[in-house]
This record gives sequence, structure tokens and C-alpha cells, in this order.
Amino acid sequence: MASGVKPRVKVPKTASAGEAITIKTLISHPMESGQRKDKDGNPIPRSIINRFTCDFNGENVIDITLEPAISTNPYFEFAATVPEAGEFKFTWYDDDGSVYEDAKPIEIG
Amino acid sequence: MNIRTVTAVSIALIGLAPIAWAGGPDDDELVINGDIEIVTETDAPAHLEELDTIYSGWRFRTDETQALQLDDFDNPGMIFVDQAMDSWGTVEGTEGKSCAACHGDDPAESMTGVRAVYPKWNEDAGEVRTLAMQINDCRQNQMGAEPYGYTSADMTAMEALISVQSRGMPVNVAIDGPAADTWEQGKEMYYTRYGQLELSCANCHEQNYGNYIRADHLSQGQINAFPTYRLKQAKLIQQHNRFQGCIRDTRAETFKPGSPEFVALELYVASRGNGLSVEGPSVRN
Repeated sequence: MASGVKPRVKVPKTASAGEAITIKTLISHPMESGQRKDKDGNPIPRSIINRFTCDFNGENVIDITLEPAISTNPYFEFAATVPEAGEFKFTWYDDDGSVYEDAKPIEIG
Repeated sequence: MNIRTVTAVSIALIGLAPIAWAGGPDDDELVINGDIEIVTETDAPAHLEELDTIYSGWRFRTDETQALQLDDFDNPGMIFVDQAMDSWGTVEGTEGKSCAACHGDDPAESMTGVRAVYPKWNEDAGEVRTLAMQINDCRQNQMGAEPYGYTSADMTAMEALISVQSRGMPVNVAIDGPAADTWEQGKEMYYTRYGQLELSCANCHEQNYGNYIRADHLSQGQINAFPTYRLKQAKLIQQHNRFQGCIRDTRAETFKPGSPEFVALELYVASRGNGLSVEGPSVRN
């Protein structure tokens, strides 16, 4: 069970119709790989974010599979085209079954 | 191309090579979030006779590392500021208080300018105190809580939260009056050779900043930008942690974080950066 997990996203408040905007996301997470051992020699169980998705008005923008070699606090920056006003929805899936969500509205202007 | 021309070209290349490697600070300017202007180069304070100009360590890093500090969203150190903000409002200890109980809900109102003047003489305690010592004094004597470990994640995050309130303000630690003895002790340490390699702080950070020590680009070792997020450690690092690392690298027995020796050294090293902006949490490699 990962503690101190906190998602953060940065999306412009407005865009012109059809504009490609830059989205930045970061989630604080230890991303324990499962390869390490504690000081008694016992393996530390894997605990990572294994999937990240972004949707815009119900349509999928990006869907990422994360692997154990990705370092702590995974950061993603990607471009998305905004055809209309709406809401970006971000979802992170944790190994422990937790799902973390965030959403950001964007207007056409 | 005849032999003579080739030789001439080779000689020209050999002549250029040292220039290409002796990097020195670059000419970039640091403005955080397009808003907070950071002084990364200024005249050395009067007491520092060996240097004319002082530079923030930011100026010695690669463009990629520098870029991470331009926007708070890209700065991984800001995650810990968020975490400390949660601790700021958390009630702990026997007195039923949080940081916010005395200092208010918004650290911007009570903590602006604090980082810039620490380490600082504490009249009641009769000693020079670092920010970390003051945080623990609050925890123990005001909150009745367990002190944080000196370089623990909780402590370093709290220092980052307090630093952020002073970003852009000039470092201005007092070195005269009652702090003078401690400052002298720190200065003595700075110029003392430690370890099997017999290196003093000054050997690298005063006499050779801008040069490479193996693959590392030496800065002036300024601490205006601490706590700093080190990419290779993937966490926030405190001044005393860095001191310990440097002394260890000279193959010496190091002092402990929070020890009187490191407090004195911190005061002296901080005073060498008087005039640079508070920058923490910064990003370094």
C-alpha cells in the first residue's frame, strides 16, 4: 500500500478550437520495483502505478502501461488536440487496486 | 592539405581543448514561473576576499537540469513542499498544536524572509541555530511532539516549505556580534584539509569552481538553493547531507548532521552566499 500518493496536473484554462495543447501530469508515488530487498534480506513487494489514462469528454487521449523500471513520482508530458470545450479526466491505477483521479475543465476562447 | 597544415590544425585544436573543458558558469538567467527573478550572480560579500563574483550552483548545471527549476510543476522538489503543507496543518504532540496554531494557516504570512537569515544567533539558547534546529525546538517545546530526524524526509520537506516563502529574497546571514565565534569556527573548517585525500572545501569550490572533477562540474558550493532535489537520489537533500557527502568523498570520518561543527560550517558557507537569492527547493544532478 503506497502512502502519500497525490496526483497533480497542469492544463491550460483556455485553448482555441483545434489547438494542440501541452498537458503535464505528475503523481507522487514511491514506484517500488519489487527487485529490492530490505535489510533482513526479504524482498520488498512491488508497488507501482501500472497504468495511466487521459480522456477528453469520454474519448481516450492516451493510455499508458507503466513498468517497474520507471522511477519514483512518474511524470508525463503529452500533447492533445482540443476540438471543443470540455473536461480532461486523468486516472492512475495502483498495483494495490487504488485508483486516483483528477479532472481539469478547458474552455474555448 | 599538406602535413604542415594538418599540424597547424592539430595545434589549434590542442590549444582550444582546455577552453572547451574549463566550463565555468554559463550565462543563463533564472526566472521561476516567469515571475520570480533569482539572482544567480552577484558581487562577493566584503568578508570573502578570495572571490570577486559569487554564483548560484544553478549556473553550473546543464540546460536540461536548469530547465526543471523554471516551472514549479516541473520541479520535483515542489512535491515535498505540498507534503510539508499537509504537515503544517497537522496537530501533533501533547500540546494539541500544529505549526499553523501559532504561525497561521498560510506560511507565506509568517515565514517570508525566514530562510534568508538562517543560521541565526538565538539569544535565549545562547547558540547559533539552523532552520532545522529551530523547527525541532518548536516541535519539542511548543508542540510537545517528537523531534524530526535532522536530515529526515519530514524535516527537509518542512525546510523546503519555509524556503519557498523567501524565494528571490537575498541571503543575508549575520556574521558579526554573538555569531562571530561560530562563524570563525566555520571559516577555519572551510580552509582545513580533511581526509586521506587532504582536500579542503576551498580546494574544489574556491580554487577550482568551473573545472571538472572527473565528470562533475564544480560549482562554488553555495547553499542558497538548499534544500535541493538531487536527480540521482530522487529526493530532497539538506545542506548537512551534502557536507557529509563532500567530507566522505575526501575519505575522512565525517561529522554528524546537526553537529556543532556542521552548524558552524553552514553559517560560514551561507555567509559566502550573502547577496544570492534564496532558491530552494532547487534541482541539481
